[in-house]
Amino acid sequence: MFKKITTPLDEQLIQELKAGDRVLISGIIYAARDAAHKKMTDALAAGEDLPFDINGQVIYYAGPCPPKPGMVAGPFGPTTSGRMDRYTPALLDQGLKGMIGKGLRDAAVIDGMRKHKAVYFAAIGGIGALIASTIKSLRTVAYEELGAEALVELQVEDFPAIVAIDCTGRDLYDSEPPKYIGKFEECINEEKVLL
Amino acid sequence: MREMDVAIIREWVKKLFMHANYYLCDDIMKKLLAYRKVEVSDIGREVLDKILENARLAAESEIAICQDTGISVVFIEFGQEVHFTGGSLEEAINAGVREAYAEGYLRKSVVRDPLNRVNTGDNTPAVVHYSMVPGEKVKLQVMPKGFGSENMSAVKMLKPADGVDGVVEFVVETVRKAGSNPCPPIIVGVGIGGTMEKAAFLSKKALLRRLDSQNRDGYYANLEQTLLKKINNLGIGPQGLGGITTALAVNIETYPTHFAGLPVAVNITCHASRHEEVEI
Repeated sequence: MFKKITTPLDEQLIQELKAGDRVLISGIIYAARDAAHKKMTDALAAGEDLPFDINGQVIYYAGPCPPKPGMVAGPFGPTTSGRMDRYTPALLDQGLKGMIGKGLRDAAVIDGMRKHKAVYFAAIGGIGALIASTIKSLRTVAYEELGAEALVELQVEDFPAIVAIDCTGRDLYDSEPPKYIGKFEECINEEKVLL
Repeated sequence: MREMDVAIIREWVKKLFMHANYYLCDDIMKKLLAYRKVEVSDIGREVLDKILENARLAAESEIAICQDTGISVVFIEFGQEVHFTGGSLEEAINAGVREAYAEGYLRKSVVRDPLNRVNTGDNTPAVVHYSMVPGEKVKLQVMPKGFGSENMSAVKMLKPADGVDGVVEFVVETVRKAGSNPCPPIIVGVGIGGTMEKAAFLSKKALLRRLDSQNRDGYYANLEQTLLKKINNLGIGPQGLGGITTALAVNIETYPTHFAGLPVAVNITCHASRHEEVEI
């Protein structure tokens, strides 16, 4: 049921991924959140290079806990993607092909994804310990001064995610919830402990 | 009069923040299991399974359940017969937070200034709420509060004429607008009455109450259930990807208010709702 995929994402794979697909991601991904995004887009605006070659790459919106001794990474779950929306179209223009985070994206991001053929994966918020166990190596690429917000390169193995928005713009956050409106009533009778 | 060295508070603050971050509360675990049984969405069930698996893994490894180990919220209720010795109480609380976040490998998420955003490096200062009661006991409650859900919280000054319908509409609308952002399944704390800040305070206090408890007043216990039904009928589901498990509980706390007003606050927390308490 899970589709195993590897990064960087090639064009054919991106075309095949459909909203709702469950995937296990292996390969290199780059963790960056608010402050690193601001620095990257400031660099682009100033005509400077990004600290890594973003072409074909995947960015993961996350900032971890420090690792306990003997562990590669501390808990490392996704943060809310919407805060990165204002920085994202510029990165898609540079060749960014995948994003991992949680929650909705705005229309400008989805337009950019359609235009450049990119995909947005939802990771599960609040399972940072589990996600940490899929991280095999970790290297700070830039902005070390930002602490937990630094730009970090991760090598992951079987990182669990769901295709939330595919490269045609189909959006699971739009299509799924309406199917369950009013359905709770039917469940309450089965299981009183819910209330 | 009872003397208490603030070093005792420091030790407890440290212990409670580490424990709260590693171990999911048993009442939340029970609710998750109950909802897992009846969740009708495939993705929803898969998400709930992963959440339960994560909680077990975090507890086994003694690592944080979620990397957002929060801003450190502390409620301290002390008897008026207690005399704290050995230095500043607030400094002791912050020292406890500092030690917990350093020695517990927890993320430091606090910035010194809301606009000039430089990390303080040790997750201090804590947000501390003091209250004084008769007697000579000290009750300490800690809550590492994540901000994905905090950002989705809201306060509204309703008109008395808006009544219970206005309260229901505001609470449900706040959850609907929050959608996937607060990492559903969520827990909804509602504060009704008092003043603007009192309602907000109550909504946070409400999140400390067990999920298998009810408001002591039958009227509000019913309102808690009405709100939970309406919220779980929204379809948002686990992670906002559809389903019936949007909220695990709605907890309401109330306070007398002015005859011209009806303040209502909604404080949301994610499924990784972490809190611990001790009476010393």
